[in-house]
Amino acid sequence: MTVLLILIPVSLGLGLLGLWAFFWSLKAAQYDDPEGQAQRILSDRYDDAPD
Amino acid sequence: MGRAAPSVCPACLPLPDWARAVGDSAKVEAPLRRYEFALPQVHCAACMTTVEDGLMGLDGVAAARVNLTLKRVTLTAVDVPGMEDMAIQRLAAIGYGAQPLDSATLAATRQDAEGRDLLARIAVAGFAAMNVMLLSVSVWSGATDTTRDLLHWVSALIAVPAVMFAGVPFFRHAISALRVGRLNMDVPISLAMVLALAVSLSETIEGGEAAWFDAALTLAFFLLIGRYLDHRTRAAARSAAAELAALEVPMARRITPSGASETVPLDAVRQGDILAVAPGARVPVDGRVTKGHSELDTALLTGETLPVAIGPGDEARAGTLNLSGALQIEATGVGEETLLKQIMRLVETAETARNRYTSLAERAARIYAPLVHLLALCAFIVWGLATGDWRLAVNIAAAVLIITCPCALGLAVPAVLAAASGRLFRAGVLLKDGVALERLAEVDTVVFDKTGTLTRGDLRLSNAESLQGDARAVARALANASQHPLARAMAAALDGPIADVDDIAERPGFGVEGVWQGKRVALGRAQWLGVREAQTTTASWLAIGDTAPVAVTFEDQPRDEAAALIATLAARGLDLHLLSGDGAAPVAQLAAAVGLSRWQAGATPAEKVAYLADLAAKGRRVLMVGDGLNDTAALAAAHVSISPASAADASRTSADMIIIGNDLRQIALAHEIACVSKRRILQNFGIAAGYNLISVPLALAGLATPLMAALAMSSSSIVVSLNAMRLGWRK
Repeated sequence: MTVLLILIPVSLGLGLLGLWAFFWSLKAAQYDDPEGQAQRILSDRYDDAPD
Repeated sequence: MGRAAPSVCPACLPLPDWARAVGDSAKVEAPLRRYEFALPQVHCAACMTTVEDGLMGLDGVAAARVNLTLKRVTLTAVDVPGMEDMAIQRLAAIGYGAQPLDSATLAATRQDAEGRDLLARIAVAGFAAMNVMLLSVSVWSGATDTTRDLLHWVSALIAVPAVMFAGVPFFRHAISALRVGRLNMDVPISLAMVLALAVSLSETIEGGEAAWFDAALTLAFFLLIGRYLDHRTRAAARSAAAELAALEVPMARRITPSGASETVPLDAVRQGDILAVAPGARVPVDGRVTKGHSELDTALLTGETLPVAIGPGDEARAGTLNLSGALQIEATGVGEETLLKQIMRLVETAETARNRYTSLAERAARIYAPLVHLLALCAFIVWGLATGDWRLAVNIAAAVLIITCPCALGLAVPAVLAAASGRLFRAGVLLKDGVALERLAEVDTVVFDKTGTLTRGDLRLSNAESLQGDARAVARALANASQHPLARAMAAALDGPIADVDDIAERPGFGVEGVWQGKRVALGRAQWLGVREAQTTTASWLAIGDTAPVAVTFEDQPRDEAAALIATLAARGLDLHLLSGDGAAPVAQLAAAVGLSRWQAGATPAEKVAYLADLAAKGRRVLMVGDGLNDTAALAAAHVSISPASAADASRTSADMIIIGNDLRQIALAHEIACVSKRRILQNFGIAAGYNLISVPLALAGLATPLMAALAMSSSSIVVSLNAMRLGWRK
């Protein structure tokens, strides 16, 4: 069962990574205009500034 | 070229537009600020590009970004006077009607701090719940002794801080409810989470079998989702309301004693001030005309369709639309005295009465919360007394609280309302308050306004056949020369050759005249052309030389879809009424045309409210559909109300729902969706109750296990959400 000592931290670490990514996207205002972002992908203009 | 003066630095030559607009005093290095505009018409990727490119083309603009979700554009540009007007003009030139939004009003809605906060808590709860669930699965699949203890300890390490963070919204609401001595849904939720943590912690320390960490977290996760959906529906409603408030930028053009004109806020207008009202503008305050002739469109204020002629000495009411000539008015009624303010007071009284409605969720919470506490307390006392083992009693009480925790109940209403408001938004109906949907489902009577609601609100020529030959040709020539709504209607309705009329001149407030084959020809008001007899429907007369003038009559046409809407609603067994401020003849005519049997004409705003109060006293639940200022109080007094987007600002603010697409049939759709939503909410309550009926006895008997709680809680929440989402799938 010593494998647990490795696997639990690994799975927690991966989960935390996902959590961090979500917080980053939240801070980067990616949920402020979901409809607009969905439409912008149809425009052939390069757009790197989500608000 | 000639525009380059030798003394000017060549680099400064291409003066930016705004600098020219505001004069030399403005500095190019003016500080930047944010401007926001409401753009109701943007709807696609191409719109966004057009708007952003159009604005970026203006000088002094640093950035422009469209937010399609909120239908707004944010502009970062130099902070100089006139910038806002220039942006609006540019947007109008590329085909988008824009309204400036007051940044102070919007500050609260823009950031949406509460939404982000909830999302962060959902993320933490979700992350913790999944990890703890993973660990719990190992326990359920047979981990024992040290391994189980290790898994419990890791779960505790994750769960305790996560619940402390994610549960804050519930704890806060629960405490504020308890402070005023009341119970709400959040009290049992908070108790369940805290008790579950405490019991599990003590079990972990003692090396016991059952820990409820996953239950506490899943609970927080599902309930936060419900909270977030609820917040989204409310935020959309709030931002719609804020937008409407911000749309009304109350400004007036004041003529200073020196003869110059300045734009001042409405609050700054004093009695006796002289104000300029341009054609096409609304009269800002009640006043007396001092200069100029024109006609006023009073449709929004009184419901009358025909324009009223005014000249010096006549009264002009605030809120009416100046049609043809420039006017100067002396402000007589300012502040509390205007008709507008009187209507607003009626609105306020009506609104306080409506706030007494209790939503289905509140009614459910009132029964549910005390019941749950009573059950848990009973379990605790009975088990404690019967076995003498108080630790077991606490465990069972906690199990009862966790099992009965209104997880599905917390999702039952918000999920349905979110699905329904999304569905309505796609159909072009803006819902300002989720609870309004519940009220709409209860409606048994519909009261319609006439002008602008069931009718188009614009006049159409009704006797084209009486103008033939030369008369028609002359009429076309004269009508084409004027911007007056009646002339536009004539120009649109007549065809054939156009006579060669010279010296055409418009006489604001009277009509258009010119010279044709040496004879004076004129199109205009009866009094102007010396016609004595007044027909009720006549609005215009055509005179050619000395022959008797010919009447040109106009009618307000019912909307194409009005009759179909009335038929649909009548088929659903709703009682339909027509209530108008217009004269009896046109109201009766319209009622017959669309198939309404009950109607009342000539109603003042107060009479409209009284009419609704009368219906309410008979136990009727009334849906009011109206657009005018004269309907505002009635809209607020009705059980629920709908306005078309073309309505007066004040009416849209009072109404619970707004039809953006201007298609009245959406009223029938909204009613249908409301009825379906209510059915779904009740079904969801049924599902939640059914799940409790099975699991509560087990929990009371001490047979509930964490695995059972996890399965039942998740499955009931998912079933409830899916049931709600069926609403969005329907065509």
